[in-house]
Amino acid sequence: MSAISELSTLAKRKGPVTAAEKKANGRDNKAAYIFLLPWLVGLVAITIGPMLMSLYLSFTDYNLLQPPEWTGLDNFIRMLSDARLHNSLGVTFTYVFVGVPLQLAVALLIALVLDKGLRGLPFYRSVFYLPSLLGGSVAVAILWKQIFGTTGLVNQVLAMFGVQGPGWISDPSTALGSIVLLHVWTFGAPMIIFLAGLRQIPVMYYEAARVDGAGTLQQFWRITLPMLSPIIFFNLVLQIIGSFQSFTQAFIVSGGNGGPSDSTMFFTLYLYQKGFGQFDMGYASAMAWFLLVIIGVFTAINFIAAKYWVFYDD
Amino acid sequence: MTTKLQTLPAPDKKSAGAGKPTNHRKPKKARESRGTLAFSRLQRTKALVKHAILILAGALMIYPLLWMVVSSLRPNEVIFRDPGLWLNSLEMSNYTDGWSALTHPFGHYMLNSAIVVVGSILGNLISCSMAAYAFARLQFTGKKLFFGIMLLTIMLPFHVVIVPQYILFSQIGWVNTFWPLLVPKLLATDAFFVFLMVQFIRGIPKDLDEAARIDGAGHPRIFLRVILPLMVPALATTTIFTFIWTWNDFFGALIYLTDPDMFTVPVALRAFVDSQSATSWGSLFAMSIVSLLPVFLVFLFGQRFLIKGIATTGIK
Repeated sequence: MSAISELSTLAKRKGPVTAAEKKANGRDNKAAYIFLLPWLVGLVAITIGPMLMSLYLSFTDYNLLQPPEWTGLDNFIRMLSDARLHNSLGVTFTYVFVGVPLQLAVALLIALVLDKGLRGLPFYRSVFYLPSLLGGSVAVAILWKQIFGTTGLVNQVLAMFGVQGPGWISDPSTALGSIVLLHVWTFGAPMIIFLAGLRQIPVMYYEAARVDGAGTLQQFWRITLPMLSPIIFFNLVLQIIGSFQSFTQAFIVSGGNGGPSDSTMFFTLYLYQKGFGQFDMGYASAMAWFLLVIIGVFTAINFIAAKYWVFYDD
Repeated sequence: MTTKLQTLPAPDKKSAGAGKPTNHRKPKKARESRGTLAFSRLQRTKALVKHAILILAGALMIYPLLWMVVSSLRPNEVIFRDPGLWLNSLEMSNYTDGWSALTHPFGHYMLNSAIVVVGSILGNLISCSMAAYAFARLQFTGKKLFFGIMLLTIMLPFHVVIVPQYILFSQIGWVNTFWPLLVPKLLATDAFFVFLMVQFIRGIPKDLDEAARIDGAGHPRIFLRVILPLMVPALATTTIFTFIWTWNDFFGALIYLTDPDMFTVPVALRAFVDSQSATSWGSLFAMSIVSLLPVFLVFLFGQRFLIKGIATTGIK
């Protein structure tokens, strides 16, 4: 069971253990809290404490040197008129809402081809999965910078066909696209989740469908997709949350400045510049909370929409 | 909701429903034997097409990586004009140049990364397994609430905490030390692994704990002597993922490590990019390859755990 399904069952389930059972089991509060101690300290000191602190800071002007100065809603009002921030939102949304569906589509497609006892599956699976592991590294971002550079691999190949390609990452209209492509390239992890999901679909459904004369396409629409929908949902939620936080690739490919002309200025990159470049910690905190709200809203929308398209076979 | 990923067999085993349908599939096959020839030819063409698609797609995926390896062994000027993979000669100078291009030899940064990686692995193994034991086996007040919080923190974007965390650690004087990267691991903030281990412990029969308890073992003993030895696969998965994530971690290192003495591999590479003119791709590639090598080795030897880990819990 995935973390997400666990979370939603947790919300629904009412008292899985009855009072009588509890008494019989006995409670081990002392032992439990000792085992939980590192986690609890971390929760308070590394997660919740800093969260509250950053919520407070988001209402202040703070540069690390002078004590924070309360400025009320100033940071948020500044955000309303910050054109670079709006641009960075646009860039991030484009990245997330083009990159994620594209990546998942490729992942599903390859998983479907790989399914059904094809020979050499472990080999193919490794080949497709490897980029997922390496994709987040600085090294691959460096590679990408070269590949899509003016004299990079892509243009060398194009030149063989007599085409003079643009400098993909130095041209504002294509720079973001090359980073989206890097995201799509790392489709291996969701592909493996899809493969695992495909294996859970009972073979008898397909056999029954075949007996009833359903074609391949019909089987895909009527059996595979509905049965796989919880997994698609799961991948979608995770990838959206993860992609909103992408940083390394844009940072390295653009040389840290989100260029050319802010076309790869991801929200996280802008946040980094504000917080750790200009030490405008108050503003950076406000941006961080804004990001949390955005991710929260999209995750909520995902969960609500899921009621209409995700099918659970209980 | 039963996303049955939990009980998943390792994906390399043959299809999940293989046990059931065989009994009524056999007679069918016998009946079909007359049509088998045409049938199998169609199947074979289909498989061929599939293999063709997969090989093409796979080659496209891996080509950039192979090209980087080959390019790292080429003189610089060739990198800009040869998209092929053919090597005329082996140019090792990229590696020797790259190794000593920064203030310290590249091995220094590898060692820094290794320290952070080993510390993170130990931290995650200890703290996450302890928390997981409590969540999976013990009854305590507030369990449901804490468990829910733990699941939520898996999805929490870390940008929300990074600013105050930075302030906190810089006030303690920990900037340019490894502590800001290690302490969170010692405190089980990678909740994903707690969850992974909880799932695993739930699969261990409770009879084993109870037998130990009847023999007079307390929770520390049960945890150390019964549960931990049985959850080695989960610990292995945690080790491998922690290795790869920590080795690749750029953001944390970028923020906390500004002194070249303390650089880990990703920030060293970044400094390399910034310091070099666009003409030294060769040595840049060479050090990139060096930096990817440990991840690649872990991938080769730990693939089974990686794939199972992803399939059961679903985070890359």
